[in-house]
Amino acid sequence: MKINWFKYSSPQNFYPLAGRMVPWFAWLAALLTIAGLYVSFFLAPPADFQQKEAYRIIFVHVPAAWMSMVIYIVMAAWAGIGLALNARLSAMMAQALAPTGAMFTLLALVTGSLWGKPTWGTWWVWDARLTSELILLFLYLGFIALQAAIDDPRRADRAGALLALVGAVNVPIIYFSVKWWNTLHQGSSISMGAAPKMVVTMLTGMLLMALAFWMYAIAVALMRARCIILERERNSEWVKELVGAEICGSQTKTGVNA
Amino acid sequence: MQWQNWSAFFYMGGYGLYVWGSFGLTAICMVWEVVALRNRNQQALRLLRLLTQK
Repeated sequence: MKINWFKYSSPQNFYPLAGRMVPWFAWLAALLTIAGLYVSFFLAPPADFQQKEAYRIIFVHVPAAWMSMVIYIVMAAWAGIGLALNARLSAMMAQALAPTGAMFTLLALVTGSLWGKPTWGTWWVWDARLTSELILLFLYLGFIALQAAIDDPRRADRAGALLALVGAVNVPIIYFSVKWWNTLHQGSSISMGAAPKMVVTMLTGMLLMALAFWMYAIAVALMRARCIILERERNSEWVKELVGAEICGSQTKTGVNA
Repeated sequence: MQWQNWSAFFYMGGYGLYVWGSFGLTAICMVWEVVALRNRNQQALRLLRLLTQK
């Protein structure tokens, strides 16, 4: 069986496909969250020797921080593809990911702050890890603001793509900051090629929460992509037909409200 | 079962505010984002209906 992937590179064909995919990812996100929370609060070890129960913030802080970096890389990749191939759906995907990435960055910073206060005794320090993560938030906000400031959407796509690609240099800096500089922030909990330095239940909880956040991010990005498609393609024939069919016939058949 | 009762669970060894603050804020942000996107979708469709009916 051969699937024509290029078929889905047009917003017209992608719109209904995304609509069908959203519920699947949403359900996966919900189930994984329930499992992740159960492991985090009932199976993970009672209290860390040094950090007591405050260590449980790890189950939301680390996945959020991972997502902030992963989403940025995916966003920059989509933006780059959009720039190189002049593909508008790729640019729309980048645009759809930015607010979710910014949200996860903010959550990583805030939960880190809530963790820092009881364990370090301070809400914030200007160390390399925290500062580079804050810069990531500014990059997301800059990308969103730049796109919003340019009226012509295709020009906005190109300008945003350049910003996203140049800003991608910050992601390895965040990742390696705990190795390159002497930071107050602890080193990575999990590293490729080395045995994890934590209890298996703790690791499971963290990975389940991270997977849940992945599924959530995909569902939400697809939802936002659908909104962006409707807004940007509103003068095209297929959108008019889509809405026209919905007015004449039943709403459920066209899946417009899905 | 590692919690004696529900109040011990919410107390979190004295770190309840920090732990529940972190999880609560995350939950609020996620729910808010989904609600906001549903509204945005409805708004876009409403505008499109107005445009097509003219």
